[in-house]
Amino acid sequence: MSLPLEELLPPGLSAASAPDAAEAAALSRLHRRLAASASEAGLLDVAYTVIDAPVGKLLLAATPAGLVRVAFACEGHDAVLALLAQRISPRILAAPELLQPAAAQIGEYFAGTRRAFDLPLDLRLTAGFRRSVVEHLPDIGYGSTATYSAVAALAGSPGAVRAAGTACALNPLPVVVPCHRVVRSDGSTGGYRGGPEAKKLLLNLEAAA
Amino acid sequence: MEVKPFEAIVREHGPAVLRICRAVLGPQDAEDAWSETFLAALRAYPGLAPGANIQAWLVTIAKHKAIDVHRSAARRPVPVAELPEAAFRSGPVNRAGGDPGSHERGPEDDDPLWAAMKTLPQRQREALAYHHLAGLPYAEVAVLLGGSEAACRRSAADGMKKLRALNLEDSR
Repeated sequence: MSLPLEELLPPGLSAASAPDAAEAAALSRLHRRLAASASEAGLLDVAYTVIDAPVGKLLLAATPAGLVRVAFACEGHDAVLALLAQRISPRILAAPELLQPAAAQIGEYFAGTRRAFDLPLDLRLTAGFRRSVVEHLPDIGYGSTATYSAVAALAGSPGAVRAAGTACALNPLPVVVPCHRVVRSDGSTGGYRGGPEAKKLLLNLEAAA
Repeated sequence: MEVKPFEAIVREHGPAVLRICRAVLGPQDAEDAWSETFLAALRAYPGLAPGANIQAWLVTIAKHKAIDVHRSAARRPVPVAELPEAAFRSGPVNRAGGDPGSHERGPEDDDPLWAAMKTLPQRQREALAYHHLAGLPYAEVAVLLGGSEAACRRSAADGMKKLRALNLEDSR
């Protein structure tokens, strides 16, 4: 019979016990160091952070090529990260420092002081016609809207209204790539990855600025 | 089989690996060993067999990193023309010529686990850490340390006996 080590040693030392404050500080310092050295060594395929926004918590994920995914809390951030592990690479770490420029610009956007984003984007999660739609969405100016059929025409296939709707619904970079500016021809706001309330909030924000 | 994002591996196993590194190496070298362990694990992670025992895999990497750290620590006091990188590390270094019994006060004494563990021979520290902190069965500890399962069990038991004696001394 072996006696558990923790019975002999001061409390808080067993592998199962919760980390104390000093250990939590050491782990957080080590985590930052790991993310930095992984990035330097070219081993960090996806860096991410979670920021607070008026539309709830937003997950921001980037590859070395650029911002690759923005996700709303309602999508389930863990599910989105699991999908990124599958689609891109499991070499994923939280690395807020690497997402700092994106986080800052999104903060300015919600404060009403930024009308366009100036960030490298990685559009690898979208392809074909959908990608073409996503590439044309920034043509819709801040504060204005376009219908799904107008977006289909912008992307070069005027008849593909339904496909344009799907492309907007699956936009991997909502908020930054403004699929929220695409509305129904009857004037109603239509669906949105972050829910209809988030879409209304973004449209109202832009209308007020 | 779904592969978890590496972040989940760090969160789940980071605390245990740090405790294991501390128990084997002491708090000063533990952080370097932890960093090197997780960087090496990140590199190898996409090729890891699905369903592998992640904790055992990490402990194996940590064990090899601990050997590297020991080697550089052993080299450190030897004057050579080319200084090892570790010699440039800042901060007080308390290495009393590898005599585990010497008890000079140093910053490492602030860590209660290390204060007790450093009185033990290396092999007993490792057997205790890999079995009791990492939760590895003695058969796997034997693979890591070499030697038989029974010998590893004996090392851990001897280490435990000394720790128990220390503990009695302290509580007097």
